[in-house]
Amino acid sequence: MSVTAMNPKELARKVIQKEPLFILDVRNEDAFRDWKVEGENIQYLNVPYFDLLDGVEEIVDQLPKQQPILVVCAKEGSSILVGEMLSEEGFNTSYLAGGMKAWSEHLEPIKVADLREGGELYQFVRLGKGCLSYMVLSGNEAAIIDATRMTDAYMMFAKQMGVSISHVFDTHLHADHISGGRMIAEETGATYWLPPKDAEEVTFNYEPIEDNAHLQVGASRIDIQSLDTPGHTIGSMSFIVDEAYLLTGDILFIDSIGRPDLAGKAEDWVGDLRHSLYETYQSLSPEHVVMPAHFMIVEELNDDGSVAEKLGVLMERNHGLNVDDEREFRSMVTDHLPPQPNAYREIRETNMGNKTPSLEEQREMEMGPNRCAVR
Amino acid sequence: MKITKVVDAKGMACPMPIVKTKKEMKQLESGDILEVQATDKGALKDFEAWAKSTGHELLQTKEADGVLTFHIKKGE
Repeated sequence: MSVTAMNPKELARKVIQKEPLFILDVRNEDAFRDWKVEGENIQYLNVPYFDLLDGVEEIVDQLPKQQPILVVCAKEGSSILVGEMLSEEGFNTSYLAGGMKAWSEHLEPIKVADLREGGELYQFVRLGKGCLSYMVLSGNEAAIIDATRMTDAYMMFAKQMGVSISHVFDTHLHADHISGGRMIAEETGATYWLPPKDAEEVTFNYEPIEDNAHLQVGASRIDIQSLDTPGHTIGSMSFIVDEAYLLTGDILFIDSIGRPDLAGKAEDWVGDLRHSLYETYQSLSPEHVVMPAHFMIVEELNDDGSVAEKLGVLMERNHGLNVDDEREFRSMVTDHLPPQPNAYREIRETNMGNKTPSLEEQREMEMGPNRCAVR
Repeated sequence: MKITKVVDAKGMACPMPIVKTKKEMKQLESGDILEVQATDKGALKDFEAWAKSTGHELLQTKEADGVLTFHIKKGE
């Protein structure tokens, strides 16, 4: 038996379908502890590859005999080496093609809504990193919200769907991942929209998003309405697509809320965050479907892999929307914050256009989980 | 610091820098110092973890012009 490659798309389907899988992660222990392939029915064993160079005898007892084993490492080299040894021992083994690097870059487009007059809304789920971006299709036009740096994925998808990208939005200046918005706009001639308060230091041209503005996209005239919802950043905007789908950016997630500290201003912005969550969203119809820019844990995924829930349901179930005491809320979002995302300062500088890292540097900067939320 | 041997693992992808280092290490006496040069960024954490796991001592790590240089003292 020889070791076979499993590409990120196949792994994505397994995660979404909640298939059982045994992962032998051969990265060092710190890397594994920090960030791994997440799935509801995944079992793990972490043994660094450098402890297995002389053979796998010591771990064979800890591996399942019948179930397939996926060997995972940072890029793929070590997982092939270890995978081959396991195959020789008779295990049903594959390795993750491209490793965690490729996993982190894989985007899975999932249709989340039919819009008026044949329009469609797609959610691009970046399973490896928890980032969510969106494409609105209307006639032969498309708008993209919160694009990741894997710009080819959106442009190829648009091509397949026979649409041209005319508008690109970022809900805010991202700190956990590098935005692909500017590059897509440059390559397609689309208009790049940014919240002006987040964009004071950017070095390129953009169109400022005003509060409560309406933009009609394409022949179906799908309405995109902006809503000023500061708190994660001072400029954070939400968008309501086709009067029904509330894109909350990094302000409100399914099981958590945004953190106000990534630009170093937790104390100043906590009041804004509370106002956005408890006043602005509260004033909207509970029938709106919330679609955030991140998920934190795979349990937030719906059965089809999408991440979406009615605002009314979140108003009841999301703890961050149910802290009546303002002081308690303040303490929750400023005192017990998780560690900040890897290289978040450099990522912000890159998204402002002040830094132009190489592709390899961009990958390094984005390594690890996203940590934009408070639970 | 007297360096006994230099391993050039520049341009090599994981796992080769460690595979090569491990092989050279076998030829050395305990207390000898091996210098390893690598360009794979992942080597940084891996050499730390590998040294800890094997009982060798990572004396020093330097980074200049994209090249990582490790000085590792062979353990008992």
